[in-house]
Amino acid sequence: MRFLLTKVGLLVLTLWAAITLNFLLPRLMPGSPADAAIAKLAQNGPVSNATRASIEAQLGVPTGSMFDQYLQYLGNVAQFDFGVSYTFFPQSVAGLVGAALPWTLVLVGLVTIVAFIAGTLLGVLAAWKRGTWLDTLPTVGGTFASAFPYFWTALLLLFFLGYVLGWFPTSGAYGRGATPEFTGAFLLDALYHSLLPATTILITSLGGWILGMRSTMINTLGDDYVTFAEANGLRPRTVAIRYAARNAILPNLTSFGLALGGVVGGSLLVERVFNYPGVGYLLYTAVVNQDFPLMQGLFLIITISVLMANFIVDILYGILDPRTRR
Amino acid sequence: MTPSTPDPQGTHAVMVRRKQADVAPATSALRVVWRAVATIWSVPKARVGVALLGFFVLLAVFAPLIAPYDPSDNSFGRSEDFSAAHWMGTTAAGQDVLSQIIHGASTSVFVGFVAGLLSTIIAVTIGLTWGYLRNITGDVINFVVNLFLVIPALPLMIVIAAYLQNGGIGMIIFVVVITGWAWGARVLRSQTQSLRSRDFVTAAVFSGDGPARIVFREILPNMTSLIVGSFFGAATAAILAEAGLEFLGLGDSTTISWGTMLFWAQNSNALLTGQWILLFAPGLCISLLATSLSLINFGVDGLSNPRLREGANR
Repeated sequence: MRFLLTKVGLLVLTLWAAITLNFLLPRLMPGSPADAAIAKLAQNGPVSNATRASIEAQLGVPTGSMFDQYLQYLGNVAQFDFGVSYTFFPQSVAGLVGAALPWTLVLVGLVTIVAFIAGTLLGVLAAWKRGTWLDTLPTVGGTFASAFPYFWTALLLLFFLGYVLGWFPTSGAYGRGATPEFTGAFLLDALYHSLLPATTILITSLGGWILGMRSTMINTLGDDYVTFAEANGLRPRTVAIRYAARNAILPNLTSFGLALGGVVGGSLLVERVFNYPGVGYLLYTAVVNQDFPLMQGLFLIITISVLMANFIVDILYGILDPRTRR
Repeated sequence: MTPSTPDPQGTHAVMVRRKQADVAPATSALRVVWRAVATIWSVPKARVGVALLGFFVLLAVFAPLIAPYDPSDNSFGRSEDFSAAHWMGTTAAGQDVLSQIIHGASTSVFVGFVAGLLSTIIAVTIGLTWGYLRNITGDVINFVVNLFLVIPALPLMIVIAAYLQNGGIGMIIFVVVITGWAWGARVLRSQTQSLRSRDFVTAAVFSGDGPARIVFREILPNMTSLIVGSFFGAATAAILAEAGLEFLGLGDSTTISWGTMLFWAQNSNALLTGQWILLFAPGLCISLLATSLSLINFGVDGLSNPRLREGANR
């Protein structure tokens, strides 16, 4: 219980720091993003006072002291009020982010879990069959593939499988004319559209898990209890899985949380390549149009999602390894 | 301690070299570097990496001499296919692709080196102080480093880069360094913590050395391989991040680099015109450069721990 409370306390503190960073970022930058934003918004028609106040709270215009602005900002965030996007005027940032988030969460979430499981298994195999081709192939292949820029893998797959061979759709998350709904046909269509982006993320992130698992597994293979298990005449597979791999998986899980940020970053670029309507593509749209409120809102949501995922991994770690609970 | 039986010739050679180093102190720094390279070279994987990196560095340094044309000269035909005059064809704007690839090496090598170096300097300073301190400052640094580790780096880079409109290479290096130092700092911190309780540190404390001297003169040399390792790690991350930011069009899109080449390739619809080389070549170069750095890292472990040198422990 004390373990859980400490973790929750740390999460709250980190969330606060992330939100504060988001508040400070536009104010530390040269020029006044808020003036630029309001000027741009004014091109779409008259700017209401409420909208103006909301943008100023987000981006900072010297009305009131910095502290007052900060309080107003915190209040807005607590109500999920991130202002109004002016690329998609007059839609609210919160609404836009809410529509894009599920696509990214499902895509990145599922692929990351698959990559983690597959990579860990391959890592176990590589460490157990050290020195054979089962070791060399995943290790060297993994090192090379994890050096691929995400967007390059995406471009290659898109070009060869999408344009040249025409096996997969080249853009979007579902067919033109389809409306998102929970029917078998639509889900199948969405799955078909997600295959290329998913494969991209899988190829690029798999190597890291293989290498991580392999090196921790090689460490545990040198431990006394593994030698003892072997001396006892246990079957090699039992020794590998129940003894060595079981203890090697914990450190790999810690790196899961940290690697997640990288995967999320990479998937933003992948979404841009495939015009996948997730958070990354929206962030790209916001950046291109200098839509600062949308950009800030997205950055905050992405950060909070990664923080939450890390929190879940931390809790899981505590459940799996009683020593950390103390 | 595990009893190790180092190759007697090796120790002898080292002792001889040490003697020589004593005789000629002026060249000793060069000798240290030379021995480091020799150690890395002795690992086959790292050897491939050194060769690859050497190739790209040569390409980067001598780009103006090697490249057949000026990379921004757009007086050629547009979107031409391979020919004897243009081995990789021309871009949609009429520039020679091969010349752009060769000049792109300069940008990537430069960004990787500078950003890697700056990140490592920050990581060493913070990691070592943080590992040596045992007070409230340590807790505060701990929190800040963890925050930087957990905040997804690329979105943060994108947001900062979007505010600093079209800042070019300097801006990209700045953004990469700000987001890239935390990992090295954390690794170096934990090593500092474990070294802090060793006998030689206690001895230094008793002989009256100040904290700065202990941290940077006693502890630092023992972490050479970790520091070199985190330099290569940071450089790899910097090269990939630079390419990613430029691909999104966040840098100065007139810079000649592999990232901007991919940006223009996607924006000029190289996908539709079938000029696959425009997509393939820059990305492959980025991957090979990044791989070379990761491969070198396999050989770095032996730098400050002779027992980890391949073949020395069996």
